[in-house]
Amino acid sequence: MDEGITNLLVVGIGGLGVMTAAEILAETAISLGFDVKKTEVAGMAQRGGVVSSHVRFGKRVLSPVITQGTADFLIGFEAAESLRWVPHLRPGGVALVNDMRIVPPVVSVGLYEYPDNPVQQIRDLGVTVTAFDAGAVAQELGNAKLVNTVMLGAVADLLPFSADALKSCLLDRFRTRKPKLVALNDTAFETGRRIASSKQNR
Amino acid sequence: MLQNKLVQAPAGTRLLLSGNEATARAVWEAGARVAAAYPGTPSTEILENLAPFPDIYTEWSVNEKVSLEVAIGASLAGSRSFCAMKHVGMNVASDALMTQTLAGVVGGLVIAIADDVGFSSSQNEQDSRYWGRFGHLPILEPADSEETHAMIKSAFDLSETLNTPVIVRMTTRICHVKALVTVGSRVDRPAAGFKKDPNRWVMVPGAAKRRLPMMLARDIELLRESEASAFNRLEEGSDRRIGFITSGPAYMHVRECYPDMPVLKLGFSHPVPMERVRKLADLVERLVVVEETEPLVELELNAAKLPVPIHGKDILPATDELSPAKLLPAIGALLGEAPAEVEEPPPAVTIAPLFPRPPTMCTACPHLGVFYTLSRVRNIHISGDIGCYTLGAGQPWEALDTTISMGASMGIALGLDKGRGATDANKQIVAVIGDSTFLHMGMQGLLDITYNRGNVTIMLLDNRAVGMTGGQENPGSGRDLQGSETGRVDFPKLVEALGVRKERIRVIDPYQLPDLFKAIREEVKIPEPSVIITDQPCVLIDHYKPRTAFTVIDDKCTGCGNCLDVGCPAILVTRRGKEVKPNGKEVDLAFVKIETAACTGCDLCPKTCAPVAIVPVPESSKGCMSHG
Ligand SMILES: Cc1ncc(C[n+]2csc(CCOP(=O)(O)OP(=O)(O)O)c2C)c(N)n1
Ligand code: SF4
Ligand code: SF4
Repeated sequence: MDEGITNLLVVGIGGLGVMTAAEILAETAISLGFDVKKTEVAGMAQRGGVVSSHVRFGKRVLSPVITQGTADFLIGFEAAESLRWVPHLRPGGVALVNDMRIVPPVVSVGLYEYPDNPVQQIRDLGVTVTAFDAGAVAQELGNAKLVNTVMLGAVADLLPFSADALKSCLLDRFRTRKPKLVALNDTAFETGRRIASSKQNR
Repeated sequence: MLQNKLVQAPAGTRLLLSGNEATARAVWEAGARVAAAYPGTPSTEILENLAPFPDIYTEWSVNEKVSLEVAIGASLAGSRSFCAMKHVGMNVASDALMTQTLAGVVGGLVIAIADDVGFSSSQNEQDSRYWGRFGHLPILEPADSEETHAMIKSAFDLSETLNTPVIVRMTTRICHVKALVTVGSRVDRPAAGFKKDPNRWVMVPGAAKRRLPMMLARDIELLRESEASAFNRLEEGSDRRIGFITSGPAYMHVRECYPDMPVLKLGFSHPVPMERVRKLADLVERLVVVEETEPLVELELNAAKLPVPIHGKDILPATDELSPAKLLPAIGALLGEAPAEVEEPPPAVTIAPLFPRPPTMCTACPHLGVFYTLSRVRNIHISGDIGCYTLGAGQPWEALDTTISMGASMGIALGLDKGRGATDANKQIVAVIGDSTFLHMGMQGLLDITYNRGNVTIMLLDNRAVGMTGGQENPGSGRDLQGSETGRVDFPKLVEALGVRKERIRVIDPYQLPDLFKAIREEVKIPEPSVIITDQPCVLIDHYKPRTAFTVIDDKCTGCGNCLDVGCPAILVTRRGKEVKPNGKEVDLAFVKIETAACTGCDLCPKTCAPVAIVPVPESSKGCMSHG
C-alpha cells in the first residue's frame, strides 16, 4: 500500500462525530507527509441524514471521491449505515463497525424495517469486520460524545500508519481546543483500541 | 498554540483547508475590506470563516441581492469587496449584477457562487457559469482548495484590471473538499474613497447606453486575458486518441483516469480560450469536454468549427456530479474498448435495499407542534416555503403542499386564493414561512396579500435562527455575524406595518398545542389576512436550554401511536400490535419509548398522550440513563 493511495471511508449519521473523526485521520496522514484529500456529503447532517466522509491519502491524490469497490477501510459509526456502505469496500477491504443502532422516524412510523442484525449481514458477505457498541462504551466512560474517540482508538491498529501518530493528532486537537478533555479522550482512545484488539483475536 | 489556524497561520504554512476556508483566507489576503453574504449550502462557511479575520468588515445580509449591493457600494468607495452565495442566490441578486457589469467597479469586486451540484441541499441544480456570457464577465473555476485560494486572489486583480465584477464558480465538491493549501500574507489595500461620477454611477438610460459599447469592448479584453491566463493550461500527453477539455473538480477525475492523454484544463472558463482549444485539437483525434453540469464549453466548441469530432454530453450526464465511475465506461465505449476492462471496479459485495434516512426535524424542534397541529386541521391548502419546515411535507405530518423558492409561500398563497377552482370553494389557504425566509423575500409578498385583500392565514415560524443552514444569526435573532447584540426585529410590529390588522396578529408558543390549534382554527375562518407568529427558538442555537427529559411508563402506554404524529426523532416504537375496537374495527397499535438521552424535555409529546403515559424522568433515576 506504500506506493498507492489509501482510501478510508467513514460513515454514519449527523451528530456522531463522523466528520471530526475523518478530519483527524486526514491530519494524521498529513503529519506523516502524505498528500491528502477529504470530502463529505453531509448537506443534511444536522437533520439526521446520512453522512459519508472520504479520506484519501498517498503520494499525490487527485480525485477526492472513493468509488464503489475501492475503499480499503470502512469505519462505520452506526450499524445499518455500515451495511449500507459495505459495497464501497474493495475485495479484502476491512470494516470497523460501531454496533449502535439509531432508528430513524421512517422506521418508527412503520414505513420501513430496520435490519435484524446488520453486523451479521456484513459478516455473512465475507467481509472482515470488527464490531462492538462504541456508543455504550462512550456512555460508560461518562460522555456519549466520546464515541468518535473510541472509534478512532478501535481503528488505530488496523491502519497503515502508527497508532501513536493518530493518537497524538487527536490529543493535540483537544490540547488547543478543550485541554480539560485530553485525559478523558486518551482513556477513550485506549479503551477503543483494547476492545478492538480483543475482538480481532477472537 | 494557534487558536484559529486559518486566521493566525503565518504565510507559507500548509493547512488542510476546504474550498470555503481557502476562499475566506484568500479574500483576506487580497486586502478585501468588506464581505457580505446570506447563508446557503454549500457556500455558508465562507463568511463564517471570514468573520474572525481582522481588518475586514463582514456581515450576514438579509438576502443575496442586498449582499451584492453592499459589496458594490464598498467597491465604489474604493475598497476591495466580496460576496458569496449559493447558486440560487444569484437569481435573487442578478438584478444588481446585470447593471453593475455595465457600470464596472473601482475596488476589485469578486463574487463566489457555489453550485450545489448533486443536490446536497437545494431546490434545483443550475449552472452558474451562464452568468459569464449573460453578464459579459469572466468566470473562474477552481479544481481544488489550493487553486481556489490562488484564483480568489487573482480574481481581485482581474476585476480591477478589466473593470468588471468577477465570478468564481465553485461547486459542492470544491466548497467541502479539504486539501492542502499554502497560505500567504495580507496585502493592505486602503480604500480610495467614493468619487462622484453620475455618468457612471447613476444608471439612467442615457448613461447606461453610453456604457454598453465599453462593456462589449471589454469582451475582447476578457478573451485576451483568458487566452493568456495561467489558469488555462495545456497538459500534453502521449496517448493522442482523445484530448480532454475540462474545468472544475472534473479535471481531477480526468487526470486520475487518463494520466497519459492531453488535457486542456480551463480555470478561466469564460470566455473560452479558443486559440488554446485549437492547439489541442491539432494534437488529437477527437475532443471530449468534461464539464459540470451543462454543456456550455461544448456548445462554444461546436460553434467554432474545429477539425476534429467533439464529444461531451452525448456520452456524459448533464446533471449531477461527474466521477471516475461515470467517466470510465463512457470513455471506454467511445474508444471501442471492451466494457469489462473499463467498467468501474465491481463492488466486492452487493446488499439488499435498506431503509432510507431522509432528513428529519430535530428532537424538540419548535416546528413539530405546528405541523402536528396543521396535520389535524381539515380543509386547508398549505403554501410552504424553504427552511427546516419544508420537511413538514413529509412523514408523519404531510402538511405542506407547495415549495418553490424563498418567500414564494406568500405570493403562491394569494394566487391559490384568487385563482380558486370549484373544488377549492370551501378550502382555506394557509402559508408557512420561517423568520429568515420572511425577512429574505417574504415581506413583499405579505404586503401584496394585504394590499390586494387576500384571504390567507400566515404561520410565521420565528425560531430566531436560520435553522436549515446550521442556526446562523439573522435580524430575527438580534445578533450579528460576530455574535454581538444588535436590534431584534419586532415581528408583530413589522407585519402590522405591512398592513395586517392588529386584531389578526397573534403570538403563540408552539409547544402549547391547544392554544395553537385554537388560534389556527379561528384565524382560517376569518376572511382577511392574519398572521400567527410562533416564538420559540431553534434547538441548534447556543442559548437553547434543555430541561428534564421525559420517559414512557410502559404499562400506561395503550399503543395509540398518537405521539408518533409529533414526529420527534426521540420517540421510538418498541413493539406493534393490533386491536379490535368495540365497533368491530381493527386498529394498528404502536407502543413507544423515549430516547431519554436525546429528549430535551420540550413537553410537546406529553400533550398528545391521553392516558398520561409520558412523564418526566424521575429525579432518582437521572444520571444512570442508558441509551438505545
Ligand atoms: C435564494 C436562496 N438562498 C438561500 C437558500 C438556502 N436556505 C434554505 S432555507 C434557508 C433559510 C431558512 O431559515 P428560516 O426561514 O428561518 O427557517 P428555519 O430553517 O430556521 O426553520 C436558507 C438560507 C435558498 N434555498 N435559496
Ligand atoms: S435546526 Fe432548528 S429549526 Fe431546524 S429542525 Fe432543528 S430545531 Fe428545527
Ligand atoms: S418531550 Fe417529547 S417531543 Fe419533546 S423532545 Fe422529549 S420526546 Fe421529543
